[in-house]
Amino acid sequence: MYGKGILKGLSVTLKHFIDTYLDDIAWWGKRYYTPEGIARRSSPQGRGIFTIQYPEERRPLPEEFRYLPFLVYDEGPNGEKEIRCTSCGICTKVCPAQCIWIVRTTDPNTGRPVPQPAEFYIDADLCMNCGFCAEYCPFDAIKMDHDFEVASYGRNVYSLEKLLKPASYYAKIRPLNYAREEEARKAKEASKAAKSA
Amino acid sequence: MATVTAPALDLAARFPQAVRPDTRPGYSGWIVEKDHLLEVATALRDEFGYDLLSSVTGVDYYPDTMEVVYHAYKTTGGPGIVFKVQVPRQDPIEVPSVTPIWAGAEFQEREAWDLLGIRFVGHPDLRRILTWEGFAGHPLRKDWKEPFYEEEAKPYKSRWPDGKFFYAEEKNPFKDNLKFPPDFNPEDWTPDKADALLYASLARYLKSDDELKTDRVIINLGPQHPSTHGVFRAVAVLDGETVVALKPVVGYLHRNHEKIGERNTFLQNMPFTDRLDYFNSMSNNWAYALAVEKLMGIQVPERAEYLRVIMAELSRIQNHLILIGMLLNDLGAYFTPSLYAFEERELILDIFEAASGSRMMCNYHRFGGVVRDIPPEALQKLKGLVYDRLPRKVDEFDRLLTENEILVSRLKGVGKLSAEDAIRYSITGPVLRACGVPYDVRRAEPYGIYDRFDFDVAVRYNGDVYDWYLIRLDEIRQSLRILDQAIRQMPEGPVMSTKPQYQVRVPPGEAYGRIEAPKGELGFYVVSNGKPNPWRYHVRAPSFVNITALEKMCVGNKIADFVVILGAIDIVLGELDR
Ligand code: SF4
Ligand code: SF4
Repeated sequence: MYGKGILKGLSVTLKHFIDTYLDDIAWWGKRYYTPEGIARRSSPQGRGIFTIQYPEERRPLPEEFRYLPFLVYDEGPNGEKEIRCTSCGICTKVCPAQCIWIVRTTDPNTGRPVPQPAEFYIDADLCMNCGFCAEYCPFDAIKMDHDFEVASYGRNVYSLEKLLKPASYYAKIRPLNYAREEEARKAKEASKAAKSA
Repeated sequence: MATVTAPALDLAARFPQAVRPDTRPGYSGWIVEKDHLLEVATALRDEFGYDLLSSVTGVDYYPDTMEVVYHAYKTTGGPGIVFKVQVPRQDPIEVPSVTPIWAGAEFQEREAWDLLGIRFVGHPDLRRILTWEGFAGHPLRKDWKEPFYEEEAKPYKSRWPDGKFFYAEEKNPFKDNLKFPPDFNPEDWTPDKADALLYASLARYLKSDDELKTDRVIINLGPQHPSTHGVFRAVAVLDGETVVALKPVVGYLHRNHEKIGERNTFLQNMPFTDRLDYFNSMSNNWAYALAVEKLMGIQVPERAEYLRVIMAELSRIQNHLILIGMLLNDLGAYFTPSLYAFEERELILDIFEAASGSRMMCNYHRFGGVVRDIPPEALQKLKGLVYDRLPRKVDEFDRLLTENEILVSRLKGVGKLSAEDAIRYSITGPVLRACGVPYDVRRAEPYGIYDRFDFDVAVRYNGDVYDWYLIRLDEIRQSLRILDQAIRQMPEGPVMSTKPQYQVRVPPGEAYGRIEAPKGELGFYVVSNGKPNPWRYHVRAPSFVNITALEKMCVGNKIADFVVILGAIDIVLGELDR
């Protein structure tokens, strides 16, 4: 019969249509604007409408999600910012877009380099969000941020000021990575202490 | 499933006058005398069975030699052959065109002419292809510099330790940094001038010899999206509604990926490969990693091999789903099928995102493994998809579309291509297999661990668009089979065989890494001279090579079918234009 294939196809769309209502009823009041509802809609068990109504609804980001890099500082006992970056320059070398610019601090008296960045720029418009800088930094000083709502009218060149974020923020967005790195650091310190003792 | 290795072919014994082995350290294959190229190539195709020319490209061994490199394979499987022609690097650089033997060389030779300035004598239509007629110089030559030129190679010294920031755009390319040809005046340049050669190449089709003496007309499709695949233009000569001749015009998205690649370090190229076929960054990463791993001679740990397979097959599934959805959009079935496809794709991208950090620009592979293991929740989700949801959804697609009378009448018999033509035009991927050639790199020359899996090479025999559509469903089902095995077999263990290094050591030599990407055979030809940056970095892009036969597929069909054919070949402009 001509038209049988079309009818068969229409049965599929009809099923999708009905599924939406079935799920709406089964998840009455919970399907939209709740974390469970979002999780359900973006799971393999999801049926019917799967759209997430951004920005009212937000999909939870996986830990490894990467957007732009930021610099981590530890908070000192008096709230001072202890920048982790030693301005070793590895991130500038690995950066494919060559969008990281670092001026190393030099000691005004001796003229020797000091392991501290005097200036640190990232041209966020050139950054290709590859994550290499975070991956290869030996000091866990630069990490990839989760904040993706950065649209603006102008050119986005981030300076040291804007790039610095506390380690507590890092621990919040990447808890597993943070825990792993802390553990490694403590193990290293312990083995150092054991050696010197 | 061990592949039988044929006895090595001794080309030098067969052509003692014309061929000598390439003995440079790290290189392999043969060097063919220019004057004997056609003779040797004919023998390779007819006597030795290398019927599929995979890649043609050039290498500029500045300042003395220009080299053309050919990679040919047998569609019956097995390792390929690489041969080269060397000519002095003095204009005019001339090499005979192999298009009479392998028609699929047509666009690749045009590309080599465009970017390297190698003239292919006997080529039917040697025009620039990725840049425009009137472009100054040949950008892939080592002495050519781009407008934003800073240094020969990254990392640039101005970034550290005294990285005084400047805006890249302040080096205004329209002031002293841009080169024009001597007789070029941007004020009176019009696109017609650049197109003159193009229209001239079509002039011979304009005369109609039927009794009515009807007019034939030239129609431009594009350069906006003529279907839903990006900025692409085709110039067609029409007789009524029937296509008589058709020339694709590409390069609108050209950014000289390969020049960027040669300025980059080996590692820095990895995220750039994401941007080729941006639907399948996982596959792109893999092909490039394969080439560099060959050069470095390093192994990949077991778990990483499995992860690579899993990611590549997931990538294939979502690519094929989107292709079908978008093809239906092209046909006028707006957005119901394509949104059904997107739903599945989003779920697959969730897994990519959880493992790699990004949904599309995955940058997941490293030389010697992958960047990180897949998180447990993502693995759980993956199992739900592979064991339960995706098989169901593929069947649903099948029910939704396959028997739909409108779809069938639009697709059946359209774009027909014979197996011989498909091979001659170097078509690879699903389109080749739908023309009746069961050639799949995963089987023909298995890479990674594909020799461990039990799957069938999907094949269909009519060579029309309907079969191109059907074979995608077949391939999704086969990918699911592979995924099922891979997930069950995947061992625990490390995912990197080497210590992560930002500056890898790549010994001098050449390597060609190729994989069966969702769109066809994706190859990376990489030459290292021992420095931190590749000397040559070439992408053999399936989208680019597959449209060599676009004219062949369209001629005789109606103009409305062009959209269908273009949609079903499966091109992506990020890769095609590079
Ligand atoms: S961020 Fe890390 S890699 Fe970059 S300069 Fe600072 S310490 Fe070195
Ligand atoms: S994410 Fe990549 S491109 Fe961006 S700053 Fe880091 S290394 Fe450079």
